[in-house]
Amino acid sequence: MTRLLLSALILALGGAAYGLATDRARQLSGGKLSNLHSRLSYYGFFVALWTVLPALLLVIAWSIAEPMVMHSVVQSQLPADILTKSKAEVAMVDSSIGTIADGFQRLTPTELAAALASKTSLVDLLGSKGVALGTEPEAFQIAAAQQLNRWSDLSRYGITTIALGLAALGFVLSMFRLTGKLRARNAVEKIMLAGLVGASTVAILTTAGIVLSMLLETIHFFQKVPPQDFFLSTVWDPRFSAAGSTGTAGGQFGLLPLLWGTTYISLVALVVAVPIGLLAAIYMSEYASKRVRTVVKPMLELLAGIPTIVYGLFALISFGPFLRDAGAAIGVPVSASSVLTAGFVMGIMLIPFVSSLSDDVINAVPQTLRDGSLGLGATRSETIKQVVLPAALPGVIGAVLLAASRAIGETMIVVLAAGIAANITVNPLQPVTTMTVKIVSQLTGDLEFNSPQTLVAFALGLTLFTITLGLNIYALSVVRRFREHYE
Amino acid sequence: MTDVTVDTGYTSPSISALDPEAVRRRVAQRRAAEWRFQAYGVAAITFGLLCVALLFTVIVAKGWPAFLQSTLKLEVAFDPAVIDPAGKRVTDDIMAADYQALAAAAIYKQLGIAPDDAVATALADGLLSTGADVDLRKLVLADPSIIGKTQSVYLLANGNVDAVLKGAIDRAVPEASRQIKDQQLAWVDQLVTGGRLSKAFNWGLFTRGASSQPETAGLGVAVIGSFFMMITVLLVAVPLGVAAAIYLEEFAAKNRWTDFVEVNISNLAAVPSIVFGLLGLAILINFVGLPRSASLVGGLVLALMTLPTVIIAARAAITAVPPSIRQAALGIGASKMQSIFHHVLPLAMPGILTGTIIGLAKALGETAPLLMIGMVAFVVDYPRTPLDPATALPVQIYMWSTAQERGFVERTSGATMVLLVFLLAMNLIAVILRRRFERKW
Repeated sequence: MTRLLLSALILALGGAAYGLATDRARQLSGGKLSNLHSRLSYYGFFVALWTVLPALLLVIAWSIAEPMVMHSVVQSQLPADILTKSKAEVAMVDSSIGTIADGFQRLTPTELAAALASKTSLVDLLGSKGVALGTEPEAFQIAAAQQLNRWSDLSRYGITTIALGLAALGFVLSMFRLTGKLRARNAVEKIMLAGLVGASTVAILTTAGIVLSMLLETIHFFQKVPPQDFFLSTVWDPRFSAAGSTGTAGGQFGLLPLLWGTTYISLVALVVAVPIGLLAAIYMSEYASKRVRTVVKPMLELLAGIPTIVYGLFALISFGPFLRDAGAAIGVPVSASSVLTAGFVMGIMLIPFVSSLSDDVINAVPQTLRDGSLGLGATRSETIKQVVLPAALPGVIGAVLLAASRAIGETMIVVLAAGIAANITVNPLQPVTTMTVKIVSQLTGDLEFNSPQTLVAFALGLTLFTITLGLNIYALSVVRRFREHYE
Repeated sequence: MTDVTVDTGYTSPSISALDPEAVRRRVAQRRAAEWRFQAYGVAAITFGLLCVALLFTVIVAKGWPAFLQSTLKLEVAFDPAVIDPAGKRVTDDIMAADYQALAAAAIYKQLGIAPDDAVATALADGLLSTGADVDLRKLVLADPSIIGKTQSVYLLANGNVDAVLKGAIDRAVPEASRQIKDQQLAWVDQLVTGGRLSKAFNWGLFTRGASSQPETAGLGVAVIGSFFMMITVLLVAVPLGVAAAIYLEEFAAKNRWTDFVEVNISNLAAVPSIVFGLLGLAILINFVGLPRSASLVGGLVLALMTLPTVIIAARAAITAVPPSIRQAALGIGASKMQSIFHHVLPLAMPGILTGTIIGLAKALGETAPLLMIGMVAFVVDYPRTPLDPATALPVQIYMWSTAQERGFVERTSGATMVLLVFLLAMNLIAVILRRRFERKW
């Protein structure tokens, strides 16, 4: 929290700097503001930014770097025989040192010195201060904890001094530069522009973050499980990740059943959504009167605004049991969670998606094409089927591909309605499972982070990301080319 | 123009034109085809609307009982011997007392059971919620002076009793396979006719935290968690998104880099939400070291997910402001930055707001990424800061939907209704904003 306080202090200083700078600028103007290059507030912002930005950036940078520095401080104190132990054990020692250091912080220096000199039990002493230790710390742990505290004190005072010094320096230097001729507006706007550019790169950073983080974990995974066992195996049986277990722990991580389940459910969803969505879009844009459009369109779009968990719930409590009972009534065994349940409900979810995308596409087809066709004597449906749709085909394909990418990445419906057994079956009345279901089931609950059972989720995530990215890029470029064609 | 060949299906116009009967037949066929085609369209739309209706009907039909909860009105004697035997009125002693025993004593008295009748008391205990003690403890802590007095208190009935009152338990089922015994049923009827047991509006649904008993489980923690997340999304996604939109719309040169950024944004909008959860797990939790189950992490993940929506909406709103506004500002000496921040942005604000609210609504209903970052948590106490463990509304729905107890079924749908009401309200606000501030140039 002290870091927050420091940042708040710096911001307050910035506010004060703004006031001082505008006063100074007013003085400089000699009572006539037109003597200045910029408006008063720009002089204020100029000085305030110089006061705040360098200091604040330093605080942020140090906050990110500090844990790593502290970690290496602790590491340098550990005896060699601890460092050679396994990663998990070193991490345990690390965190115990952190706890001891935290406990020492709560003691007064005299208490601490007395306790260390008299060899009283640290477990009891720290316990009385609300810090629970498992075992009596060893000498090297105490030394490391003290070293850690020294360093974190140093870091705390150091960063406060340096940051405030930097703020003062920025303030003084920029105040010196303050003259009536200073192009304060241009300087401030340059910084604003830098901020805008920075904001626009966040999207790229996010994509980079997704790719990098998943790639790293996937590489970890492939060090434990060979890639061919992941991509080519037809058996999904990860077993449980026992705490402290090493190696592959005997699980089998075949992607193929999950890929099959994902594809099958998505196909069913598309079979439901594409004809209905497309026909609805055609009717809306070609036949419906304006009044019908304004009433019906928002109602259909309601479907798009409903969270997917609600669809999942609908499948779980209503549609799945309905299908099962209907199947039982005609003597066909239907599993309550089946390809058909998940696919059909997902199809309902995709209807507004398909219909609004195809609506756009159909409206982009020039009216002259329709007029030409109608003028030749074709009926409206003939015009649509033989002129509008062929002309809109690339756009429609793009829409279908985007819908497919949605279906593949959809999670909550399949989590609640598709089942968890990794089957490869063509029977739509049997349960299958998908990549997203397995990502969820591998990552909820207590996790041992370095086991293949957990890491496989990232491999699945990367696979999912790659597939959907490919579909998206292709679909978006198809749609874009289609648009440009008629513009 | 494309070269589309128009083929209306005539085999040979010259032949059919000669035969009036064939022409008439042909026209009738084409009219029928036209009619069929329109009917397909109407059928598709009807199907869609039916789905909307069905979805809402199912959720409301299953969910409305969750808003009522069976409560017992009991004369509870706040016996000092049970609550505070030491008589010191120390908070620790009062906290540790056996309040369930007080509630039980009250119900034995009400039903006229001897406290040493082991069989009957065990059955009578089954009428009370196991969470009754928490409510009694709260009462005593709020006002210790009631110790020693007898007061009528509304206590939650057991989930099974609630199910009986709502007709969810079939009395015709043989006693052995029924969750509630005949004796208990008789008592329930006796209490109902005595006006002691009735259904009241379930405020607990909105105020209580997680519980393994359906009657004491509520959405309080989830609502607060969702609120923290929405604030985070608002503070992170909106400034970033609007700034990015301004840059791309007003400053960016048309070059490879800008194209790359744009493709990136439109792709990010279509990345499966679960992938954002993996990102949050790998970077925010494992690398940065933020706590699991914290609403701050959830908010950041949702903010990244909402960012493309905000950017796209803000860009559309900014483009809609006519260039004449910019030119007028520039013409009287404003800099480009001034023309944008003083003129374009205020005019684009309603559009940006509408897009933001729709993005927020999407984020509020999102579940999958939150499962990845440990929001599936059993949190009893209200979170005070965004760093405390919390859940979110849709995650709570998910957790309840996988719970085994019967009482959770109605709560799942009830919670869904709450979520849908929030979403409808947000969308309504967006529509009203758009209507009110929409401007035609």
